Amino acid sequence: MSKIHVTTTINGDPTEFLCEADETLLDVLRDRLGLTGSKEGCGTGDCGACSVTVGGRLVCSCLMLGAEAEGQEIGTIEGMAEGESLHPLQKKFIEHAALQCGICTPGLLVAAKSLLEHNPDPTEEETRYWLAGNLCRCTGYDKIIRAVMDAGKDMREAS
Amino acid sequence: MHYHSPTSVEDAVKVLAAQSGDCRILAGGTDLLVRMRSGLAEPDAILDIKRIDGMRSITREEGGFRVGAAVSGTEMAEHAALVAAWPGVVEATGLIGSTQIQGRATMAGNLCNASPAADSVPAMVAAGAVAQVAGPNGVRDIPVAQIPTGPGKTSLGPGEFVTSIFLPARPDRASDAYLRFIPRTEMDIAVVGCGVSITLDASGTCTEARVALGAVAPTVIEVPEAATALVGTPLDDPALSALSAACSAAASPISDKRGTVEFRTHVAGVLARRAAVIAKTRAGAA
Amino acid sequence: MALDSKSELREFKIVGTRPLRPDGIDKVTGKARFGADITAPGMLVGLVLRSPHAHARIVSIDTSRAEAVPGVHAVVTRADFAEPGEDVADILDNCMAGAKALYDGHAVAAIAASSGKIARDALKLIDVVYEVLPHVTDVDAAMKPGAPVLHEGRTDETVPEGLSPNVISRHEFGHGDIEAGLAQADRIVERTFQTEATHQGYIEPHACLAQMGPDGQADLWCCTQGHYMARNVCAEILGLEQGQLRVTASEIGGGFGGKTTVFLEPVALMLARKSGRPVKMVMTRSEVLRATGPTASSSIDVKIGMTKDGRITAGFAELRYQGGAYPGSPVDMGSMSAFAPYDLEHVKTIGWDVVTNRPKQAAYRAPGAPMAAFAVESAIDELARGFGLDPLEVRLKNAAREGTRASYGPTYPAIGLEATLRTAKDHPHWSAPLGENQGRGVACGFWFNFGGDTCVTLNITPDGTVTVSEGNPDIGGSRASMSMMAAEELGIPYEKVRTIVADTGSLGQNEVTDGSRVTFAVGLATIEAARAAIREMCKRAAMVWGIEPEAVEWVDGAAQPAGPNAGEHPPMTLAEIAAIASNTGGPIAGHHEANPEGAGVSFATHMVDTEVDPDTGAVKILRYTVFQDAGKAIHPAYVEGQFQGGAVQGIGWALNEEYIYGEDGVLQNAGFLDYRVPVASDLPMIDTVILEIPNPGHPYGVRGVGETSIVPPLAAVANAVSAASGVRMTSLPISPPKLLAALHER
Repeated sequence: MSKIHVTTTINGDPTEFLCEADETLLDVLRDRLGLTGSKEGCGTGDCGACSVTVGGRLVCSCLMLGAEAEGQEIGTIEGMAEGESLHPLQKKFIEHAALQCGICTPGLLVAAKSLLEHNPDPTEEETRYWLAGNLCRCTGYDKIIRAVMDAGKDMREAS
Repeated sequence: MHYHSPTSVEDAVKVLAAQSGDCRILAGGTDLLVRMRSGLAEPDAILDIKRIDGMRSITREEGGFRVGAAVSGTEMAEHAALVAAWPGVVEATGLIGSTQIQGRATMAGNLCNASPAADSVPAMVAAGAVAQVAGPNGVRDIPVAQIPTGPGKTSLGPGEFVTSIFLPARPDRASDAYLRFIPRTEMDIAVVGCGVSITLDASGTCTEARVALGAVAPTVIEVPEAATALVGTPLDDPALSALSAACSAAASPISDKRGTVEFRTHVAGVLARRAAVIAKTRAGAA
Repeated sequence: MALDSKSELREFKIVGTRPLRPDGIDKVTGKARFGADITAPGMLVGLVLRSPHAHARIVSIDTSRAEAVPGVHAVVTRADFAEPGEDVADILDNCMAGAKALYDGHAVAAIAASSGKIARDALKLIDVVYEVLPHVTDVDAAMKPGAPVLHEGRTDETVPEGLSPNVISRHEFGHGDIEAGLAQADRIVERTFQTEATHQGYIEPHACLAQMGPDGQADLWCCTQGHYMARNVCAEILGLEQGQLRVTASEIGGGFGGKTTVFLEPVALMLARKSGRPVKMVMTRSEVLRATGPTASSSIDVKIGMTKDGRITAGFAELRYQGGAYPGSPVDMGSMSAFAPYDLEHVKTIGWDVVTNRPKQAAYRAPGAPMAAFAVESAIDELARGFGLDPLEVRLKNAAREGTRASYGPTYPAIGLEATLRTAKDHPHWSAPLGENQGRGVACGFWFNFGGDTCVTLNITPDGTVTVSEGNPDIGGSRASMSMMAAEELGIPYEKVRTIVADTGSLGQNEVTDGSRVTFAVGLATIEAARAAIREMCKRAAMVWGIEPEAVEWVDGAAQPAGPNAGEHPPMTLAEIAAIASNTGGPIAGHHEANPEGAGVSFATHMVDTEVDPDTGAVKILRYTVFQDAGKAIHPAYVEGQFQGGAVQGIGWALNEEYIYGEDGVLQNAGFLDYRVPVASDLPMIDTVILEIPNPGHPYGVRGVGETSIVPPLAAVANAVSAASGVRMTSLPISPPKLLAALHER
């Protein structure tokens, strides 16, 4: 069986890789490209720990084939900070203690960033529903929701 | 395993015709990849339809909407005219999974996965949606309700695949709604689902109705008795009670890890009533 | 080590503030390396073949076809392991089945191959012949004579004749005379409660990477709550010397008790030994749910008597817990904790430990206590409401206080239950109005807390910064808390201290991160290590000044002459002392090793409002407030986080989480789709009130806080559902079909 050659863009970097036809984007990111910030919590799209954006859309990278990345713009947690400068969401997660173990954090941050891009001023309910696909077992979500809404507020004020 | 991503329906039909093994259609992939991961599906080939012309677009046709087979729930929700005409279908598709899943999952995929609990299917059946199917013998139209034949089984022939879903034109004072019951607020498979589509006349009397239930039979079922209960009424309390009773009577569910026979039977009636009230409000009833 | 006498007057500078965690940036940028993120050159992928049967004799395993596959480097079965010592026999048998597969998902063989794909395909070529045996997964069924038997000869002397060999042990606690107490009651409630098994549900599946050389030196990287435990257990199973096996803990993606034992690690080491290559193993979610520790399921009879003015005259509970395929359910702790919040003259609990064809239970946050509290707190609620009494007043009337003889034996020192109840009663939540179909519930909870073997080494670097090495994986911010306590003690800024979790080669034995012990025990050791370093620094300053070390005191991060020498020399800061350390006797460090007693029990009261949909049985959580005694909150944000996380896990247990077994004994919901942990949209904000009743056993008054928070919510939610709907649910989870059926029965 021959591997598939894929040309794509990841966090702005032109990237090429070879993958098997049945290999998921998550496996490609983690095992072929060393981008282990995206986590596998379930492999079935039920936990959101592998969240990335593809063409600006939030997806579970475990439910997408690597081959489907051809020509796409992929965004992962590794591309969220700009150099040493953290994204406001990243800062707020630390400030609000919105992470305990931190395994769900990359997926939640990618999902929350996508939320604020689509809806800069979400209500608590909108925030909770948008993030319902990102399981967190440590925090009970309280501090996560507060951090996201606080980041949204700061970003609105800054713009 | 081989991965194919043709750019035309003709090429796709050719690829499918040339397959000797198990070839699966990939649209949003949110069911297929789960099945592959668990070992329930071990296809020899995958045919990704997302690069085929028209698969990712929503177009107006005869006053209705043709929704490409690879259009995601999120893309549907972003189409204002489609949302205005078929809010129930859009909300049903938007209920499939998380935000992440909604960015990928499609009505056509939900239909062809042939789960009795598929969220978009009762809404589509209530809407009278028609699937367009391409295959070795050309293109044919088939009512959505006739595609699933049992859990995981469809009436599609060898080499056939759904290319689009057509949602017909809506008269004034017509609308729809879909409700499902899940144990949590998100992320679950419907324990019961109900789609209701109605048309009212100027006086608010229901002139046409279609009601469909999910997860209460081996396939999504249309409930004509439920529609009969509504037509000719102002969707008042007696009519809603009759609707509710008809839906509970039509349900023939099983007990499983998600719900019991008693629960599903009762809640089918509850949801039908609630969905009808929403549809009525949306249709502009006073 | 006792509470510092001046502690109540002490003005902390750092303790009680909310500095940023040291691992924060790594965790928000994706750089933090968790179990599955570790790689090694030339590593193989290890996968496990698991039993599809709930109970089966393993007649034969033929691995020859798998071994012949190109790319397969090792296949391991139980035959590769030497006969284990008694203390690790069950652990090994759980990691790799011996004569029988005891539950659906039990490991029977493992493969290491050059790729995951090759390993997956080769796994299918291992031929296992099973003789399927009758199985039992229900605790009450398993106790009956004639039930399918998992093990013969494991029953201990506490168990009377006539029960199934599945009944392993009987535990009894209490004092007084139950019958005499019941005779004084105006009303007695007697009910049976059931709870289903729930899983810890950490988002990170188990993962490890093992390598081993022919010289017997081995390295293991894994996500674990206790890498010292992993070392000791694996060394014994593999026949290695503990000093030759170095275990490094990765960042851990949640544990909640579930990572306090080993599953993959001995298998990975054996695969590494056989293949001569590093072997990485990562579980799937399905494997996590099928084969790692859920908690016990339970069946509990409760009988409580109360006078009409709300005094509990007697409390009795008989608890039956199945802990899966091996002995060791937490029924003893359930029995000890059931009535722990109350001051009772007549109290008795009996606990039965039972094995069934389910995965061996692992600790889950306050193991054994939430189910017991569900039963007892539900019955108390029913009595209180039956008399028309305020359920908080009833609890206050019976609350354990300093000097109370606990139902499980000891006499309490200063404790905080009463404070949580009084605070709850005064809180605006308690008097907030409720709407139609809404109801409010309260419940109390207790946890013992724990000390355990602990080592901390604190080093002063030449530039005057400080490194702290501790041996407990950081599961919720403990590195920050240790840095805070070290900085507080040393009188230097928090930012000057960096705490790391050291590998097993760097420190002596450390108990696993469990029992809410880390902030207490490791904190205590950190404070002591800092004090040791301070003594040494005072000595160095004394040497420079030419005065006696006893004449030097440590104030605000500097040594200064005290007593008659006061003011004779300007203070020498930590950095100044560090800079000349080489010339005053060499590097400066402090260390402390201990197994501290005095962990200090912890109590909480939870309050919750629910709304019940009478047409569907759906329950919505409207409002939730946690009141808990933390002794002293080192980092209040992390204390709140523990309160909130425990409460929400308890809400999941109460409403939707459960292990569902089919008639065939196979787990029906081995995924996050149907094993339903709470999602963000299910919940309101979780309000918290931290109370600080100092623990007499810790210099700053710290009590563990991690576990108590999961104890009250099961009963609190059930009591709120009862208030909202008028039906008392005695079986968890209160899933909508169950509640709707109860509503229809009414």
